Amino acid sequence: MNFNLEKIKNFSVLTIQDERIDAHNSAELKEYLLDMIESGESHIIVQLKQVRFIDSSGLGALLFGHKHMTAKAGQFALSNIQAQVLSMFELTRLTRVFEIYSDINEVLTN
Amino acid sequence: MCSSVIQVDVIVPTHTKYLDLIGSIGERIVKELDGFTGDREALAYQLNLVLTEATANAIKHANDTHRKDTVRISIHLHHDILNIKVYDHGQGFDLDKVPTPDFDHPTESGMGLFFIRSMMDSVTYTRQTDCNVLEIIKYLK
Repeated sequence: MNFNLEKIKNFSVLTIQDERIDAHNSAELKEYLLDMIESGESHIIVQLKQVRFIDSSGLGALLFGHKHMTAKAGQFALSNIQAQVLSMFELTRLTRVFEIYSDINEVLTN
Repeated sequence: MCSSVIQVDVIVPTHTKYLDLIGSIGERIVKELDGFTGDREALAYQLNLVLTEATANAIKHANDTHRKDTVRISIHLHHDILNIKVYDHGQGFDLDKVPTPDFDHPTESGMGLFFIRSMMDSVTYTRQTDCNVLEIIKYLK
């Protein structure tokens, strides 16, 4: 999986650079998120603007990151989710679990 | 009304790197549907997802001991009925015992079959002589 990690203000912005998150690469995403959290990142934004497909394992990987982050009282947000991908969060009611922003600037300016 | 008749049979090794290929076939088939008046973008995503989840499930339950196992995916479209069959050689599972996810306490796994059941019209899993078959039907009318 291809990632780009940037530090903007006090946020670690992880941009997923693949179009697809599925059972082939979701374990790698989980590991990467866990490494970030274990290394002390406390405000993570995962930017999904390039992701046009996510399956149950991809949602599971993001949920894993969210759970680990909130267990450490940190912030875990998602931004720039494409419409079809967002519909997967809606179907599983994960929109109630995640902090979701339509644009990354919404998080940065809040 | 879709008058197309399409039959696609694919056999891939039990490796997750083929999920993209299998899912893409679903998306591509939607482009071939003559006269389908519904939301093509949504249907394309659904078929990609259902094929991805069903194949990933077959890979997960595959008999991995000899690493030569394969998954066969059969897609048949006729008279507005889309029939997908995914064959695996694993130990199988009881579809009726797979619970609906607890949305108030979401967990990292267990959403795959929920997606398939939510998006398709019929889902069955049967044991045959030498394999198991997950059969998924979607009515496109």
